[in-house]
Parts: sequence; structure tokens; C-alpha cells
Amino acid sequence: MPAETRRLLVPAGPIVLVLAILPWVVEPYQTVLLSYGLVFAIAALGFNLLLGYTGLLSFGHSAYFGVGAYAVAFAVKYLKVGSMELLLLAGILASALVAAIFGLVCVRYTRIFFGILTLALSQVLWSLAFKFFWVTGGTDGLRVPTPTLLGVSMGAGQDKMAFLAHRYYYYVLVVFVAATAVMWVIVHSPFGKALQAIRDNETRAEFVGVQVWHYRWIAFLISGVFTGLAGALWVPLNGLTTPDILYWQFSGEIVFFTVLGGFKTFAGPIVGAVVFNYLKTFAVGYTVYWQMFLGVVLVTLVLALPTGIMGMVARLAQKWSQKWKRAPAP
Amino acid sequence: MDTLLIHILNSLLYAAVLFLIAGGLSLIYGVMRIVNLAHGNLYAFGAFVAAWTVGLLVDGATPTPLLYLVLLAGPLGAAALGAVLEPTLLRPLYKRPEEYQLLITFGLLLILEDLIRLIWGPYPLSVSALFEGMGSLNIGESIYPTYNLAVIVVGGLAAAGLWAFIYRTQFGVVLRATSQNMRMAQAMGVNVNRVYVQAFTLGCFMAGLGGAIVVPQQGAVLGMGVDALILAFVVVVIGGLGSLEGALVGALMVGVVRELGITFFPEVELAVLYLMAAVVLLIRPAGLFGRA
Repeated sequence: MPAETRRLLVPAGPIVLVLAILPWVVEPYQTVLLSYGLVFAIAALGFNLLLGYTGLLSFGHSAYFGVGAYAVAFAVKYLKVGSMELLLLAGILASALVAAIFGLVCVRYTRIFFGILTLALSQVLWSLAFKFFWVTGGTDGLRVPTPTLLGVSMGAGQDKMAFLAHRYYYYVLVVFVAATAVMWVIVHSPFGKALQAIRDNETRAEFVGVQVWHYRWIAFLISGVFTGLAGALWVPLNGLTTPDILYWQFSGEIVFFTVLGGFKTFAGPIVGAVVFNYLKTFAVGYTVYWQMFLGVVLVTLVLALPTGIMGMVARLAQKWSQKWKRAPAP
Repeated sequence: MDTLLIHILNSLLYAAVLFLIAGGLSLIYGVMRIVNLAHGNLYAFGAFVAAWTVGLLVDGATPTPLLYLVLLAGPLGAAALGAVLEPTLLRPLYKRPEEYQLLITFGLLLILEDLIRLIWGPYPLSVSALFEGMGSLNIGESIYPTYNLAVIVVGGLAAAGLWAFIYRTQFGVVLRATSQNMRMAQAMGVNVNRVYVQAFTLGCFMAGLGGAIVVPQQGAVLGMGVDALILAFVVVVIGGLGSLEGALVGALMVGVVRELGITFFPEVELAVLYLMAAVVLLIRPAGLFGRA
């Protein structure tokens, strides 16, 4: 077993175990809340392949999340698909298609132009979803009934909350673990290393034979698919798809997750997404001025803790281990 | 013929307001290399301050010409806010990668959005007395509000004034020198910190002016800032970030396309605007007037 894989499994094993036991210990509401966090974490993992590993700040990732979600809603409404596996497939294919096309356009640029271009393209999708209300339901959105999981339906008379808190939670957890594992393999593969070379020095990467645009495009595609998968998983939780998730403020939230957790690390976006989801839920429940609360958190974070939660944890861990070493032997 | 004229006037009206917002955004980027995501909220702030101040004074009375000057409270308020924000929030970040600057202005956007709600409440503020007070003009068979013409004039004057300010004054020379090469300007004795705060304040003043002049016509509504920001982005992407000529041409193009869109294809009006920005970026990455 390579050292890197061991480094993932040592902390991940116990965490997944705790996550698996959780629905039996806490209230259903908490489990559903955590499901949202895990879904957003998948999106953030995809987003961070671009920001953390390739050095591209996308300000339009709501596009792929939204495409994944709308693909599910369309498949349910127009094709009468009821199986979650097929719906996930629809989300993946649709977001792959859109990310492939948008990626062709965007990866030729870096820095601020990349950001604005991704933003503009995501807004095109938002305005279409918003205006073509006879297809998309406009601001009312499209309702999505509970799908069947692995061919098993929710069953008549069963409480939807219980369904979401148990069976759907496990479904999300399995997809989340699989997505994390796949992303781990991707960033530690030669392809992932090439992306980091592009991030650190584009010219040198090109000199050693990396086809920069081509690699960026593939990274963009993978990133879009992960985010689209998250969008597809999100729909049954929410029960409804609305244009809000295509709006650029949601893109901003995806960026927020990642910075909160720390985009220089693999686990940062996951931690950030889960924490952000709690933070936002708390703030929304506590005050109507929740945006201000989040804004203050973000500003403080950028000014005082630019490496995010994981960066802070790493620094504290280092400090303690040094203190440990310096302590005189008894 | 009349309808054509009215379409042109509407396009110009829209372009005038957009130029004020996008011009400020572009000015700030040109000098400081910061894309201020909170810029739209400064526009909204200007609108609310103007509406609130006028509202305090008008109180049902017929508007006097002096009341139109009170609208200036909007841009002054926005400028004051900008003068406070630059040294406190933006200055510590100039040495960091630009992602952080985007993030902090995004945070600022969230804060300002709710700050406006906190101060003025969730309901729109309106000063339509100023709009109606100017009456309307007959253009052939049609009637056109005089106030709209005034907005076009203000937009034109602002563009001319800004051009003169930047290309014909000592301050403009310093501003352009700093935007060309900040370190060289510093070496030549320019107080860069001061130039930055002045440029940021001027940019906010323009945004606030945009907000103040739309208030009599549209009122001040929550969320107006975010909508305006995205359109201002479209303008500066088309014209070229950091170029005032670009902001002017971009605003005119967006004004015309939007008027056409609203009249003939309302469904895809917004999509066409964003697509236009994307196409311009593809052909000329730096925009029509930008330097890459």
C-alpha cells in the first residue's frame, strides 16, 4: 500500500465509521443536515480540483451543480425516470456535456478573465432557467418526488423525513466516500501532479511536455462532473429544483466552502462544506441578517486565517508536536 | 419613426446609468487591479441614501429644483463609505494573490446587502415625486418623461467630466502613472496609498451617482446592487477592464442590445447579454479597449 493511501485511510476510516453510526444516535434533522453538508462537500471537492490543484478560480460553478440538478428534474418530469441511479447518470452526463463545452471556452484564460468568463457563462444558464418558465417552472422550480434507491421505493405511508435521514443518508454517504476516493486517486496520479505543475509554473510545465490547455480542459471536465453529481444528489433532499442554485451567489458559496476549509489541502473543501452548511443553517435560523454574518466570517477569515480551518489545524498540530519534542526526557 | 427615437432614448438612458456603475468599477480595477464584487452594493447604497435624504425633505411638497440637488447625498454617501472601506479592508490585501481580493469583496457584498436591509428595512424606498415633478415631453405622437432625458444628460456630463478629470488634470496624470506602474510611480514620489484611496472613493462616488439618479425613476429596492453588478461586469468585459472608453462603448452596446432584447425577445434578453460578453472575451480576451 503506497504511503499516500495509508495517509488517507488512517484518519478516514474512523471518520466514516462515525458517519455510518450517526443516524442511530442523533435526531433525523441532524442527519439530513449532514447529508446536505456531504453533498456540498462533493461539489467543493470538484471545485478544488480547479482552484487548489490547477490554480483556476471559477466563479461559475453553480452552473454545473444546477445542470446536474435540472437534469434530474427534467428526467423525472419529461422521461418519468424514477430510479436514483439513472438520475445520477443523467446528472453526470448533462454536467459533463456542459462542462466540456464551457471548458473549451474557459481554459484558454487564467486569473481574473477565467473567473469572469465562468461567471458570465453560468449566468447564461441561470437566465435561461429563469425565463423559460414553461420548461423549467421559472422561480417556482420543478418538484421532484422521492426516487427509488437501487430499485427499492420509499413505500407508501413511510415518513419522508425518516427516509431521508436513514436510507437516503447512507446513499449519499456511499456516493460521497466513492467520490472522495476517486478524487484522491486523481490528484495523486501523474495527471494530478501535472495539474499542480501547471498551477505552480505554467511555462515550465509546458517545457517538460505538459499540454497545458488539454490538461486544464480535462480538469475542468472532471471538476464539472463532480459538481454536477452533487447537484443531482441534492435534488431529492430538497425535493425541488429552483433557479437559485444556478445563480452566481451559490457559486460564491462554493468558493466560500473551499476557502473556509482551506484550499491548499485535500480535506479542506470537505471540512469547509460541512462546516459552512452548519454555519449557514445556524445563521439563517438565528437572524434575518445571516448574509451579514457570513460576510463577516468570510472577511475575518481572509484577513486573519487565509489558510482556512485545515491550515489552522496543521499549524496547531505542528506547534504541539514541536513542544512535545522539545520537552525534556523524564 | 417616433418609436425608433424612443428606443434610442431608452437605450441611452440605460447606457448612462450603466456607464456610471461600470466606469467606477473599471476605474478601480485600472488603478488598483481589484475587481470589486461589492461595487453594485455601493450603487445600491447611493440609491438608498439619496432616496432616504430626499424623503426626509420632500414630505408631500411639490419638488423644487433644489431637491434634485439633494440627490447628491447618494454619491457623497457612497464615496464616504468607499473612503472608509479601502484603508481598512482592501489595503492589507494588496500583497496577496488576487483570489483573496475577490473573496474579501464578496464578503463585503454580503455584509452591505444586509446592512442596507438593516438600516432601511425590507421595503423599497421611492421618491417618484422627483420623477413626476419634471413632467413629460411630446415626441411626435408619443410622450416621454423629461426626467429620463435628464438622466441621459447627467450620464453624458459625467463621462465628459471624468474624461477631463483623468486626461486634463494633474491628479489624472498621477492616477494614470500609478495604474501603469505602481512601483515606478512610488519611486517618483507618488503617495500610492493616497492615490488608491482617492481612486476607490471616486469609483464609489460614480456608483453612488448612478444609484441616486435612478432612484426617482425606479425607487431603491433590495437586490438592485447584485443585478447591477452583473450587468456592469458584462459592460467592462466587453469594453475592457480598466478602460473608461471601454466602459462607455460597452455601456452603449449593452444599452442598445438590452432595449432590443426587451422589445423583441424578452425570454433571452439576459442570456444574449452574457453571451455577448463571452463572445467578446473569446475574440479579444482583454475586451475591445483593454490592454492585456
